[in-house]
Amino acid sequence: MWNKILGLDRRWIFLLTAVCIILPFILPMGLPMQVSPPVQNLYDKIDAIPPNGPALVLDFNCDASTLPELGPMAIAILQQCFKKNIKVILMGLSMPGVGIAQAMLEEVKVKFPDKQNGIDYVLMPYVVGFGIVVLRMGEDIHKTFETDYYGTPLDSLPMMQGIHNYDQIALVVCLTGSVTPWIAFANTRYGQEIGLGVTAVMAPEAYPYLQTNQVVGMIGGLKGAAEYETLLNKNLGFEGRKTACIGMDSQSIVHIVMILFIILGNIAYFATKKRVSNT
Amino acid sequence: MRRAVPLRICLIMGIVMIIQFFIPHRYSQDFYTKVLDWNIIIGIFALVLGIQSLFHSEWTKVRRRRSGWGFSVVTIVAVIVVAAIGIWGGIGEGSVFIKIYRNLTMSMQATMFALLGFYMASAAFRAFRARTKEATVLLIAAIIVMFGRVPVGDLVWHKLPDFVEWILMYPSMAVQRGILLGVALGSAATSLKILLGIERGWLGGSK
Repeated sequence: MWNKILGLDRRWIFLLTAVCIILPFILPMGLPMQVSPPVQNLYDKIDAIPPNGPALVLDFNCDASTLPELGPMAIAILQQCFKKNIKVILMGLSMPGVGIAQAMLEEVKVKFPDKQNGIDYVLMPYVVGFGIVVLRMGEDIHKTFETDYYGTPLDSLPMMQGIHNYDQIALVVCLTGSVTPWIAFANTRYGQEIGLGVTAVMAPEAYPYLQTNQVVGMIGGLKGAAEYETLLNKNLGFEGRKTACIGMDSQSIVHIVMILFIILGNIAYFATKKRVSNT
Repeated sequence: MRRAVPLRICLIMGIVMIIQFFIPHRYSQDFYTKVLDWNIIIGIFALVLGIQSLFHSEWTKVRRRRSGWGFSVVTIVAVIVVAAIGIWGGIGEGSVFIKIYRNLTMSMQATMFALLGFYMASAAFRAFRARTKEATVLLIAAIIVMFGRVPVGDLVWHKLPDFVEWILMYPSMAVQRGILLGVALGSAATSLKILLGIERGWLGGSK
């Protein structure tokens, strides 16, 4: 029997995983969400930015493959900023990031139709250079980008009149599924406060920076995004369960199934091993 | 000569930029911003080279009818068509370029990444074995973190998320910090080797 279990066709595992992912979307469980300190810290940091004061930079250093995890974070942060009248500079250090930023912006703007380009937010175009762009922004943002994504000169945008470098930026939040140059260049060289939104697999790598306060707060994976959505609902009166919270139901079931797979696989492995050693 | 000039430029610029970092004078800062601008300009040329390289390698596959050459045709056509649509049709809200990006590129990338979940489930069943003491520790830690990072873990034991946070904040972070220090020291050593001309891989080979 154990040999049969060990030789289980992987398509059965795929099928069971698919069912566990899909089912909670049809039958939501509404599991409660406990907010972790890194998420709470980032929320509080953004919440403390004065309305119409220094801007928040939201960098999409990612591609679409990480969007299921990073997308809900972006939407939650944008909703918080728009609700609190915090000015937002959206940008992408990676090339696909700019397109993703625009997509997220359009999704949030449906709920905030009064928010205007150049007054409440600015979308920057892609500029080659990665870390160099971060350093150049520390000297002069206007000379780094020259125009916004739509080709309008930055000097002519009302929001950008008083924003020239990191001195007028309250916080940079980088959404990423890989390494980020913001900590090494913007924080170390210019003392800019940094927040992170990372995929679950990258979260453990960011903890050393949290402990040293080089990163002020972090949203880690879909769980972090769901915690952030919970904070928005609780503090800013947003209603209904959102993408990450719904996704967490699926993730909960899949995690349990994977743990059961691991335990079952190990039992089968040791049972067959014992039988071989007995014979 | 072809190697000597880039090596000397690298050495001189490296030393100049190290010295510049410690000089807060206006002229030094102006020089620094000029160098950053030049870096961005060079990056744009690198982008052009990247596109040229993509066309060269994909076209070679098509010409020699290598296996999977049909995918190369799709790549070349996709790059040309999407670029043309973006250049002539614009990239603003509601444009065809953005529609293609959202409905094709984003969906395809998300699908590829989502497949990982299925392979991980299969791999967890087949390969995650407590064969040694170290593997057992890893396995137990993984199960606790997996369970504690979802709301169900909170329902089972309300202190489990805090325990998982402790694992991430101390034992896991200690290891991460060790890795980070190793990477940083390695980066510093490699940078020095590049400046001194010992490491020449960036010149394109060691001949």
